[in-house]
Amino acid sequence: MGTPMIVLNGIQKRFDSVHVLKGVDYSVAGGSVSCLIGPSGSGKSTLLRCINGLQPADEGEVWVDGDLIGLRIEGDHLIPLSEKEVADQRRQIGMVFQRFNLFPHMTALENVMSGPLRVNRAQKAETRELARQLLDRVGLADRGDHYPNELSGGQQQRVAIARALAMKPKVMLFDEPTSALDPELVNEVLSVMRTLAAEGMTMIVVTHEMGFAREVADHVCFMDDGVIVEEGHPDAVLANPQTVRAREFLRKAANSDQQN
Amino acid sequence: MPSPPASWASSRAEASEPVSVTTGVRPRTRRPRKKSPWRYVAIAVILFMVLSLADVALTNPNFGWPVVGQYLFSAVILHGLLLTLELTAVVMIIGSVLGVLLAIMRTSSNEFVARGAWTYVWFFRGTPLLIQVIFWFNIAALFPEIELAVPFGPTLVGFDANALVTPWTAAVLALSLNEGAYMAEIVRGGLLGVDRGQYEAAQALGMRPNKVFRIIMPQAVRTIIPPTANQLVTTFKNTALVSVIGLADLLHSAQVVYALNYQTIPLLIVAAFWYLLLTSLLSYFQALLERKYSKGYAPRSRPQAKSEPAVPKEV
Ligand SMILES: Nc1ncnc2c1ncn2[C@@H]1O[C@H](COP(=O)(O)OP(=O)(O)OP(=O)(O)O)[C@@H](O)[C@H]1O
Ligand SMILES: [Mg+2]
Repeated sequence: MGTPMIVLNGIQKRFDSVHVLKGVDYSVAGGSVSCLIGPSGSGKSTLLRCINGLQPADEGEVWVDGDLIGLRIEGDHLIPLSEKEVADQRRQIGMVFQRFNLFPHMTALENVMSGPLRVNRAQKAETRELARQLLDRVGLADRGDHYPNELSGGQQQRVAIARALAMKPKVMLFDEPTSALDPELVNEVLSVMRTLAAEGMTMIVVTHEMGFAREVADHVCFMDDGVIVEEGHPDAVLANPQTVRAREFLRKAANSDQQN
Repeated sequence: MPSPPASWASSRAEASEPVSVTTGVRPRTRRPRKKSPWRYVAIAVILFMVLSLADVALTNPNFGWPVVGQYLFSAVILHGLLLTLELTAVVMIIGSVLGVLLAIMRTSSNEFVARGAWTYVWFFRGTPLLIQVIFWFNIAALFPEIELAVPFGPTLVGFDANALVTPWTAAVLALSLNEGAYMAEIVRGGLLGVDRGQYEAAQALGMRPNKVFRIIMPQAVRTIIPPTANQLVTTFKNTALVSVIGLADLLHSAQVVYALNYQTIPLLIVAAFWYLLLTSLLSYFQALLERKYSKGYAPRSRPQAKSEPAVPKEV
């Protein structure tokens, strides 16, 4: 596999007394898709937020394409970057949220334009053209003038993906992108993500969609209680887990899949 | 499957028995529900009160309606009205800017800045506005000379306080500083009301703090507008307090006139008429603004009735 695009070294994170991440080492090769699975509260979302600095880690280092995120090295010390500098670093890291988080007062097209226009001060006409292309790519060319509340959940999530892509990020982080969707809308979002993966985007996907992980992921990580318990090729981790905790989790996941 | 309790099952069966749901057998027509007889009693009482008031207003000569008519559009009163409007506008603008600044300060990660803003709001909301107005007007008693100076160091510029603090500046100062405190709370409430996910989405796009603010503020404005319009109406009426420091606002102008002709009640009616007219107009514009800012919240047409099977393109 290629050179690592994302590297995490010994990431630790506490919220007051709760030790949420207890030393996570993790690396994702350029152009590969890594799925992060694990029970609720195991720290998956927190890990993603550490990667783009929304919630800076207490200990450890996050490297994205050779950049140390949120910190500056000065001799033997690591100095936190200013808010502005972290913001600039985030441009190369796209993020898609469980609850879409589209800007409700902007149309779909304006949402997609919002990143480049406000961040890069790009030319308006150019940005509009880019946004149109991106909406077309996610199958929503005819929905540009709609406000988020006039779109279905699946459509909103696809707009959110287009919005993140508008920054031309090097990596994309997905935090349970289909968990808030009605079952019949899940596929239209997964399909966009599949295309993106096929185009060679480096992706970390927190998901409960085991089918997607099996089919699309190059790498699967099972997280529990703030550490990565097991990781490897999806065929190995999903079909033949080595640890009790992973086996238990996957058995429950399979059961609930059958019920649906 | 656990079976439902027997009583529940049987009562359901009984209840559903006599109700015929067959349609098309006998057409049923709708008719309005009978109104309560108390409704007519209430109408009668209110009508009686309105008529009595009208009777009193028209037959009691002390209301002085001809005097009201004579002064309603007089130059003195209209000048006063203009000054009241100017004062309201200036105070609202300064107060809003101050309020936004204070609200941002309150959310600052710098504890010192946040507490400073909190203290400001605490002080100016906690003391009567009338005291603040009189205080600023008499600031010369406290500081005969107002100087710009380095603390414990040399004076840079000095002014005579009496010359600097005219009734107008005292009024603007007092009302604006007070307004800022109220606006700060309103703006803060609006900013806190915006979903955390909106901040995160903006940050995740790589927006710097000031750009994030530009995404969040329009959303906050939606919740800020109704209380701000309310505040505008309050401020408009509060300007009447400046009559105590002799600024020729609407109320003071009315007072000047009735000090000469002793027609107190008619001139108060004149002033009240203008206050009422303007507050009504403001309320109307408030409704318009609220509609404008609900864009993207209330569906423009209908919410998507059908979600198109828009299958994403395979690129
Ligand atoms: N801002 C916060 N303040 C305090 N505790 C937090 C915060 N964010 C997360 N936590 C705690 O950290 C733990 C891990 O949360 P996290 O959201 O990362 O889990 P998760 O694996 O994403 O779970 P889920 O599958 O439910 O999304 C939880 O116990 C949560 O309560
Ligand atoms: Mg989560």
